[in-house]
Amino acid sequence: MAAAASRRVLPGFGLTLGYTVGYLSLIVLIPLSAALIKTFSLSWEHFWQIVTAPRVVASYKLSFGTSLLAAAINSVFGLMLAWSLVRYSFPGKRIIDALVDLPFALPTAVAGIALTAIYAGNGWIGQFTEPLGLKIAFTPIGILIALVFIGLPFVVRTVQPVLQDLEAEYEEAAASLGANRWQTFTRVVFPLLLPALLTGFALAFARAVGEYGSVIFIAGNLPMISEITPLIIITKLEQYDYVGATAVATVMLFVSFALLLVINGLQAWTSRRMGRAR
Amino acid sequence: MAGALSSLAFGSVGGSAFERRAATRDPAWVKWLILGLSLSFFAIFILLPLIAVFVEALRKGWGTYITALSEPDALAAVRLTLIAAAIAVPLNLIFGVSAAWAIAKYQFRGKNALTTLIDLPFSVSPVVAGLVFVLVFGAQGWFGSWLGDHNIRIIFAVPGIVLATIFVTFPFVARELIPLMESQGREEEEAAIVLGASGLQTFWRVTLPNIKWGLLYGVILCNARAMGEFGAVSVVSGHIRGQTNTLPLHVEIVYNEYNFAAAFAVASLLALLALFTLILKTIIEVRAASQVAKA
Repeated sequence: MAAAASRRVLPGFGLTLGYTVGYLSLIVLIPLSAALIKTFSLSWEHFWQIVTAPRVVASYKLSFGTSLLAAAINSVFGLMLAWSLVRYSFPGKRIIDALVDLPFALPTAVAGIALTAIYAGNGWIGQFTEPLGLKIAFTPIGILIALVFIGLPFVVRTVQPVLQDLEAEYEEAAASLGANRWQTFTRVVFPLLLPALLTGFALAFARAVGEYGSVIFIAGNLPMISEITPLIIITKLEQYDYVGATAVATVMLFVSFALLLVINGLQAWTSRRMGRAR
Repeated sequence: MAGALSSLAFGSVGGSAFERRAATRDPAWVKWLILGLSLSFFAIFILLPLIAVFVEALRKGWGTYITALSEPDALAAVRLTLIAAAIAVPLNLIFGVSAAWAIAKYQFRGKNALTTLIDLPFSVSPVVAGLVFVLVFGAQGWFGSWLGDHNIRIIFAVPGIVLATIFVTFPFVARELIPLMESQGREEEEAAIVLGASGLQTFWRVTLPNIKWGLLYGVILCNARAMGEFGAVSVVSGHIRGQTNTLPLHVEIVYNEYNFAAAFAVASLLALLALFTLILKTIIEVRAASQVAKA
């Protein structure tokens, strides 16, 4: 009832909703449906044959494997970085806090060539690791490093606000009941942070799976070894294999949809958890 | 990232409050371990690439640097990047305000689904984003033969680049405004309407002053992504030097010609843009926090 009444008071509902849905359809929904429609023109066997070709399967393993590992690394270090930024004071904190978003703001191609310059055989770090037998650039390790770079802010920026909202009372209560700091962290603080941490993990993973710009420079792009799934799509497109490119893109689209739903669920969990804690 | 400004209202207690009390203080060795590990990680993964861009750009001196930036192809890339952003950002700004008004001020069925769909471009791989426009407007695509008959080029031309840019920057303003406007409710707007203001007057005089920092924040992030997008634009561009290359694509082409100093010189322009974006963003956060504190 309240909704019906307010609709009468504030003007513009029809106009803004109509424009929103129209623009969304035009820019996002109709183009994305083009990929699905193109895929439906394939027979199931043909589709399956394309998306399970050995070279494509190798790229899934590489893309999902490195993305999972990168998101895991970011969860550990992102949590520590968020903890440092919220709980400790140290010189340069404001600048570091602002620079955490650099991977959001820096174009991916720039990140790609910069990371390659650092980790190549003659680079700042590469020149020390290669004599030890650790080749980073142009191997899957290089891909991992690029994905860690682009994923870090997702974890820090989802954990940081939750950590900031955490009142000292919980930890004081735990301490007064005889818990040491480690027990307080594992039994009280960490469960409160967990939904946000998982959200950050999922966001970093989702971004990493689809990432292209920062990876292709450092990856080496060898089929079966260091070829990520987005690059498979590009390669097929360059060979005018639109059907093949679209079939692989459809697989990636379904992964994106699934991840989006997971992330939405996690975010709802985070806000419920925060609502109860406050 | 979603609604970063709306979460500012809670403010930061500051680490010192926790460090002062024994009950919530971490042991010193733990503190130094966490600080040491997290800051080293930050230095290696975030700071080092940023420094590398500028060092590599100036490796062959200022002369090479200036030449790389003033060559005609680089200038054409700057121009195209500015055009794409100048079209994509205002369109997504209008969309963001409109979407936030509809979603934050009214109750209707399917609202959650709509909010989720608005986020969709963030989770779609940029490469897939470029591909779908090829499927719609490319020579083999839905409108391919019609466009061919009428001699209109969208793919491998500027319109395709603009479309791909709009797609990847689609949610930025909306995501920032929806939670902000939801948290502000609709009492102030309703009061203005009841007192006789028109819808537009209400928006300009009541809503806009309340959301201006969130709006600006969304626009700045939207612009940074619009100017820096690589994957989606790369698919639809066709890489025609001087014509369909944006700055990030120009970086790639020059880099692949092993002209590293020039590639990093152009890249340093984009890195400066990123730094400028982060500075503006920080200023806006401070301003918005003080506005919230005053209210």
